[in-house]
Amino acid sequence: MDAQDHQYNIALPGTTIDALIVGAGIVGAACARELSLAGLKVTVCDESDVIGGGATAAGMGHLAVMDDSEAQFALTSYSQTLWHELSPQLPAEAEYLPCGSLWVAADAEEMEEVNRKFRFYSARAIRVELLDEQQIAEAEPNLRPGLSGGLLMCAASVCYPPCAAAFLMKRITFLPGRRVIAVSSDGVDFADGTRLAAGLTILATGTEITRLVPNAPVYPRKGHLLITDRYPGFLNHQLIELGYLKSAHSTESDSVAFNVQPRQTGQILIGSSRQYGTEDPATESHMLSRMLARAVEYMPGLTELSAIRTWTGFRAATPDKLPLIGPCESLNNVYLATGHEGLGIATSLATARLLADHILGRASAISLEPYLPGRRFAAHG
Amino acid sequence: MIVVVGAGPAGIAAALRAQECGARVTVVDDNPAPGGQIWRGDSNVWLTRFRASGIPFIASARVITGDAQAQTLLVETPEGARKLTWDKLIIAAGSRELFLPFPGWTLPGVFGAGGLQALAKSGLSVADKTVVIGGTGPLLLAVAAYLRQHGAHVKLIAEQASPAGLAGFAKELLRNPNKLLQGVALARHIAGSPYVTNCWIESATGQGRLEAVTLRQGRRTWTERCDFAAIGYGLVPDNELATFLMNSPNVVIAGTGELNLAILEGEIAGFTVAGYPERALGLYGKREKAHRFATALQHTFALRHELKSLPRPDTIVCRCEDVTFGLLCEFPNSRAAKLHTRCGMGPCQGRICGPAAEFLFGWNPGSLRPPLFPAKIGSLMPATTE
Repeated sequence: MDAQDHQYNIALPGTTIDALIVGAGIVGAACARELSLAGLKVTVCDESDVIGGGATAAGMGHLAVMDDSEAQFALTSYSQTLWHELSPQLPAEAEYLPCGSLWVAADAEEMEEVNRKFRFYSARAIRVELLDEQQIAEAEPNLRPGLSGGLLMCAASVCYPPCAAAFLMKRITFLPGRRVIAVSSDGVDFADGTRLAAGLTILATGTEITRLVPNAPVYPRKGHLLITDRYPGFLNHQLIELGYLKSAHSTESDSVAFNVQPRQTGQILIGSSRQYGTEDPATESHMLSRMLARAVEYMPGLTELSAIRTWTGFRAATPDKLPLIGPCESLNNVYLATGHEGLGIATSLATARLLADHILGRASAISLEPYLPGRRFAAHG
Repeated sequence: MIVVVGAGPAGIAAALRAQECGARVTVVDDNPAPGGQIWRGDSNVWLTRFRASGIPFIASARVITGDAQAQTLLVETPEGARKLTWDKLIIAAGSRELFLPFPGWTLPGVFGAGGLQALAKSGLSVADKTVVIGGTGPLLLAVAAYLRQHGAHVKLIAEQASPAGLAGFAKELLRNPNKLLQGVALARHIAGSPYVTNCWIESATGQGRLEAVTLRQGRRTWTERCDFAAIGYGLVPDNELATFLMNSPNVVIAGTGELNLAILEGEIAGFTVAGYPERALGLYGKREKAHRFATALQHTFALRHELKSLPRPDTIVCRCEDVTFGLLCEFPNSRAAKLHTRCGMGPCQGRICGPAAEFLFGWNPGSLRPPLFPAKIGSLMPATTE
């Protein structure tokens, strides 16, 4: 599908809003910034009165490059470049920390996977380093001894997503506390009975998308996180077990994986869990306890650290683990920017840039094709 | 099994009454000894009975989470985490002090009134120290009396309530002879320390630690040099566990705030939960009276709105995360402020700044999730059930 196929009248007669973005999470905020920089009059609305209060607030803020598929790699690596370009402008409270991430291999089999990743990324000019048993122990002294090695992703960084989203929303018109109940080609209806006309509407609503576009292939996938008190120096990189691939990509059963992150504050963020089929936001002690037990297997010293807070969030998952970016099949002038699963923070900037390129008919750095909402999904999922 | 959380007056009364009825009882408290805040280190008939009762007491144990369905509590003790199962749970968790931010309130030497008394009870020497006490309510007098008995020079007690309000309260005291006697005894102990009404501490100053406080009474402001300031603006119930387990029929909440009311509520809870509610019948009238007294206290010592304008833009509200009043003013509610300023995200989990923000901005406290207290990660991993 080509941008030229759609002749959107961005400034419809009588409208004052060129682009209305539903959802003030980081994806909506990034879209708002892109379109605003291009000169459009942009308004963002959200049913809450907090910017970045949904999945954005629940996420780790790991700005990673991933290689589950070529399309995932293209989007994550493009987005990482955009984050890197933006980073000098980010305010201190966005806590941008270029700590690098480290895939941890527990055994020879996982080390094979590390080697494959090394070749994959090296061939695509991504800065990576192979670590052997001794090097990984030196890089992260609190990992258990006897691990096989790891792969250091040198350019990965982390951020504090709600403040990053607030930065992206600077100078954008925000309508807080407005719940959208219906979307049409010329605007939205709010729960309070009012309407808002807009030249185009972008739905960046995370898991809520199915309320507005019932057939959107998006499912909530619950996750737990825990944050500790401040322990500067305990952890140097974002660490992820290679088993994460198996658990993160299993679409059937509940799973946990070792995934820890150093915060600029010296705090340690501990993940991760994945659950389908629940919409209950409560912290579940059995999942929390499984997740922590997994983390402690890798970092025994964690047991003595003080936990301050736990929380949960819902990732917007899709059957092929790729987001939905582009025109909504069933409604003219309506676009989707959702379905980012666990990579919403990481890929928010690339999502916004690609969508803006498409809307404005500009050339894109990467193809939008793999993320188009109208793509075919395998029956399974 | 009945588990009682809290070994203050309400918890002790509840445990003893339940045991009298033949119930199996265990008491859990986060202090090393029973007594709670108000009976810390004291000796009285309730404590003596409790110590002699043989009721198992799990000391230095913080309840980090509970499960209303499974009827369990996860507690962290110095020896590790324990999971307790209960048929009935009595939560007598007590209260903590309300801290209202004002310029200089974070200086070393500025304490909560109850906090300074507790420190003095645990060994901090106040002898020959000059103390200014400020805030509201009878606690100020009790603290003044205690500190004076231990050699402190209490320069002034600043009570923010108005004399008219106090006069109304005096009538209520006349209906409670016990309270009146306590008041007279206190008055004897604080004779010589001026008790100034309509007056509050506006700021504290000092190089690195407290050296002086500035007080205000109407249009008049003046400065008093002092070593310590003891500030008590009342109490906030420690209702986190109770809120967390709210929807369970087998959970009873007893006693926060005023002492007599706490004991009576504890006794009633103990009898009722142990299956003998009729034994509590004689207590309801007394509780009603105690409740009226507590309500009158609250009314008399309600916080005046001028206290909301004490913080300046650079005054810290959240001590854990150094969040200023000026920054918080930019946000519409506690969740937005929390997510964007880290207010309440520190190790006190918002216990200090949450009630302050509720007073200053009218913000509701945020949602409750485990751990209800900071806990070792090891304690949140699978524990064996007892």
